[in-house]
Amino acid sequence: MISLPAPKPEILARRDTILADLARLLPEDAVIGEPLRLRPYETDGLAAYRQIPLAVVLPRTTEEVAAVLRYCNANGIRVVPRGAGTSLSGGALPLADAVVIGLMRMNVIREINYEDRYAIVGAGVTNIGITNAVADDGFFYAPDPSSQLACMIGGNVMMNSGGAHCLKYGVTANNLLGLTFVTIEGEVIEIGGRHLDSAGYDWLGLITGSEGQLGMVTEVTVRILRGPEGARAMLAAFSSVEVAGAAVDAIIGSGIIPVALEFMDRPCIHACEAFAHAGYPLDAEAMLIIEVEGSIAEQDMLLDRIRGICARFEPTSMKVAESADQSAAIWKGRKGAFGAVGRISPDYLCMDGTIPTGELPHVLKRISEMSVQYGLQVANVFHAGDGNLHPLIMFDANDADSFRRAEAFGADILTLCVEVGGCLTGEHGVGVEKRDLMTKQFTGAELSLQRAVKSAFDPEWLLNTAKVFPLEDNPKIAA
Amino acid sequence: MSTFSPDTEEALAGEVARAHAAREPLAIEGHGTKRAMLRPVQAAHTLSTRNLTGITLYRPTELMIRARAGTPIPEIEAALAENGQQLIAEPPDLRALFGTEEPATLGGVVSTNLSGPRRIMWGAMRDHVLGIRAVAGDGEIFRSGGRVLKNVTGLDLCKLLSGAHGTLGVLTEVALKVLPAGEATGTLSIRVKDVASGAAALSAALGSPYGVSGAALLLEADGITALARIEDFAESVTYRLGRLREELAAHGEARLVEDPRPLWRSIRDAEPLGAAPEDAVWRISVAPSQAAQVVASLQGAFAAKLMLDWGGGLIWIAGPATTQAHGAVMQAAAAAGGSFTLFRAPAALATGVPVLPEEPLPLAAIARRVKAVLDPAGVLNPGRMRA
Repeated sequence: MISLPAPKPEILARRDTILADLARLLPEDAVIGEPLRLRPYETDGLAAYRQIPLAVVLPRTTEEVAAVLRYCNANGIRVVPRGAGTSLSGGALPLADAVVIGLMRMNVIREINYEDRYAIVGAGVTNIGITNAVADDGFFYAPDPSSQLACMIGGNVMMNSGGAHCLKYGVTANNLLGLTFVTIEGEVIEIGGRHLDSAGYDWLGLITGSEGQLGMVTEVTVRILRGPEGARAMLAAFSSVEVAGAAVDAIIGSGIIPVALEFMDRPCIHACEAFAHAGYPLDAEAMLIIEVEGSIAEQDMLLDRIRGICARFEPTSMKVAESADQSAAIWKGRKGAFGAVGRISPDYLCMDGTIPTGELPHVLKRISEMSVQYGLQVANVFHAGDGNLHPLIMFDANDADSFRRAEAFGADILTLCVEVGGCLTGEHGVGVEKRDLMTKQFTGAELSLQRAVKSAFDPEWLLNTAKVFPLEDNPKIAA
Repeated sequence: MSTFSPDTEEALAGEVARAHAAREPLAIEGHGTKRAMLRPVQAAHTLSTRNLTGITLYRPTELMIRARAGTPIPEIEAALAENGQQLIAEPPDLRALFGTEEPATLGGVVSTNLSGPRRIMWGAMRDHVLGIRAVAGDGEIFRSGGRVLKNVTGLDLCKLLSGAHGTLGVLTEVALKVLPAGEATGTLSIRVKDVASGAAALSAALGSPYGVSGAALLLEADGITALARIEDFAESVTYRLGRLREELAAHGEARLVEDPRPLWRSIRDAEPLGAAPEDAVWRISVAPSQAAQVVASLQGAFAAKLMLDWGGGLIWIAGPATTQAHGAVMQAAAAAGGSFTLFRAPAALATGVPVLPEEPLPLAAIARRVKAVLDPAGVLNPGRMRA
């Protein structure tokens, strides 16, 4: 288990005063203090960790967020920003002495501009909500994390979320123009705007992916893109992980950048097929889902080329979708992968390392050895184009030893990712989950530098305390 | 005035540590191609990365290249071209604009975050920086990011240093995402009656499903031309140009440009701007729909030479190096809600005016604290971005 800092006793003691003060700063219905109503906020997508916060506030405006931050800063109260609470790394896990600032009521789309191709949306608008608002006009917001039905753009900005289509369209950081940023002092700062590449330091880039360490975001200007004429998927299955990896290399090497290139290993294929009945080949060791975009003729041309490339690697089977419905069928299993694994195991940890794609066979071999060593099953999905690996470690949360082994297994996988030239997290963020592994990727001096940059924004370390940075060497936090 | 050009990162770090201890500012550069950009640096010594050269890792199938900061851009482009790949952001070659001879280095284009026409579709230089090694102002070597395409581990100091003009650290090595170069390039040109209709045509092109990867507006003596580029497999380029021509019919008759690559290279390098040696050069970034208003306000204020890229959102300006002209640029950018850069100007102008928009006070305070973290003694490129 990852340790959390001891709550500040003086804050806990002043709980009633703090709630009364917050109630004066905000509309009555925006402050939650009753234990039962705090319960829904005790955890996020990393459900193994739970903590009831001191209070939850649900502001509707930037000014209300600023007022709460100003108050918390003046009173030394810790703050945990929260979007939809879908973080898989515990990014929104509360602390006992912290006020959770939930963004879900800031859910208004303020402006959509097709001429300049942007939308200005409240931080609590869901990821899919942006695309839904512009889809009738043929546009979309590109980053598409698996949680896109629920997750909010404010959380996406804070975690720099990716998705299955970021090989072509980039991650959140590549699709932003501006932010309304609120500092811990309650200062409201407009970063960027409706234009590209503001001169000066790239605050937009630094804040994106900062996991709530630097300040809060209340409004976001995103780029919206015109969608392609169409898209279609194909499936190719292979007799070994190595061969499937070589096929991926050959596709990329041919100059084609598929809009998505997903890899599943045998346990994952089986879990997904049992769940979704997508017609996946159960005899294969590895399977690729490859999606291309364009007109029907362009899709045909690209899929022909890809089929030709895959054919050189003696696939055990290939299936090219002939229609949008068949494409959806191919994607159905993949999109349900987490749910599918959830069905065959009481609980699972979804890991999120990135590796150089050429290391895939080696890494999967090591993971299967670890699986035996820890006595836990694992299924692997992999964004093969960009090297982002999601091993799903199956365990039983009611069995403390099983959970302990699962966490150790996960840590070993991520350490391996770093060793082969990759990183701890490709899109889920460090959060609380990977905090103590940061020393595997960074030297003490590098972590000190990052901590000092955080301190430049948040000198008292009130913002999302105990996430991202190991607690050691931190005078502001007593473990 | 002396120049240090260390052969190793360690030696470079040693020079920075010495400068830090002695509180002696350093001008940081690669080949010095853009030495005249923004404000002149007040430093007795120059520290160059020109001897930190060479591609250290190139994995075409992993879409990644890594090189030392002093590696000339043409060397990187040549290595990529051998594998049918390219630098995604199409960084400009500004030797003609700055009157310098040596080609830009990798560290230079990342430190200035300069991107060419492809920026509109595929992102800026900073979007493709996967990882850096750098030396902080106290001589400490640090890394951020890595060599993989997706990485959200820790604070993204790669982005903080990209575009920081060497004031927050000296880049010593950079890993970039790269992509396959389009097999073919096609371009449509449309004569338009004014900047507003040109920006509208480009907006229609960029709002089409055909993947327009360049959208520029040339203002020439005999009229205004809107240009839209498509880069893809040959069959796709042919098909998409045809569809795009139909889609743009309401904006004018689209002609096919023969051999468009040199044209886009010249746009990338701001050649059509026609800046005279004595001119000051500015860049304004705005939402494209604001372009016409910005252009009108500039033309009303001084004899502005103009060229537009990024669908009209990037406005290159050349004109007299006067505070009056600079004031007009600042005002036009502010009125349009955009950003400006005094890109190139004689020291007399560049030292007397803000060359970038001022930051709001709370952000300026954060900036000072971040600068103090990464360059405690203020020895890296003092005066480059702000007085």
